[in-house]
Amino acid sequence: MPIQYYLFLSMALFCIGIMGALMRRNAIIIFMCIELMLNAVNLLLVAFSKLYADTATNAGADAQIFVFFIMVVAAAEVAVGLAVIVMMYRKVHSVDINILNRLKH
Amino acid sequence: MDIYEILFWLLTVMAIGSALGVILSRNPVNSVMFLIMTFFAISGHYILMNAQFLAIVNIIVYAGAIMVLFLFVIMLMNLNADVEPQKGRLVQLAGLIAGGVLFLVVLAALKSAKVQMIEKPSTDIGLITNLGKVLFTKYELPFEISSVLFLSAMIGAIVIGKKEDTHTRENTLQN
Repeated sequence: MPIQYYLFLSMALFCIGIMGALMRRNAIIIFMCIELMLNAVNLLLVAFSKLYADTATNAGADAQIFVFFIMVVAAAEVAVGLAVIVMMYRKVHSVDINILNRLKH
Repeated sequence: MDIYEILFWLLTVMAIGSALGVILSRNPVNSVMFLIMTFFAISGHYILMNAQFLAIVNIIVYAGAIMVLFLFVIMLMNLNADVEPQKGRLVQLAGLIAGGVLFLVVLAALKSAKVQMIEKPSTDIGLITNLGKVLFTKYELPFEISSVLFLSAMIGAIVIGKKEDTHTRENTLQN
């Protein structure tokens, strides 16, 4: 399997995430699109770790550990971010991001 | 075309199709379901690349924990009625063009790159014995620090999500 296929696949997933984050107004959907982008990057990291894998020197394991740490950070981020969204919903009874532009006024 | 390639294309179509479903479906609960499907497709790709530890962790952490958290929050807010006001056509078109142009630029830049092949699964880099050895020797300090990160995220989530009823409680105590 050429490495380009994995490049194009993860780039397509990343761009779909960007489109979703720009097109939607629901804060939770935007948050999910960020998760999608993180997963696209993870997929590409694993593909390159497979490309440069070498059992003798253990090359390529670093990238997979890196993916593991990205998942750790994503889990912590989701916990805090959803708490912020719930807090916001309690205050303004909406998760519409257009209501959140109060800093502008 | 062997079974490896057939599985690759199947998983690719599934991943991109359900990723489009995430951003196009009106109902947030459907979006969550599509995102879980995307994560399963990505886990299938990990298994094809013989990264079995990451495939299992992806399913357990993402599809099992994170998406359930999303689903809880959506159902808590009663958002499953699709009442979300849409952005204007112009803004939607701008988002579509921005994402599409980024994709086209990268596609054009990488189209003529030198083709390197990923061999069929032969290395055991991604197995848990190997990754565990690396994680607990070379990357032990980041592993321990990530536990502090989790602790602070947990405390932060509790502090942010706490109800601000200290004033009312003080008032009732005074009365």
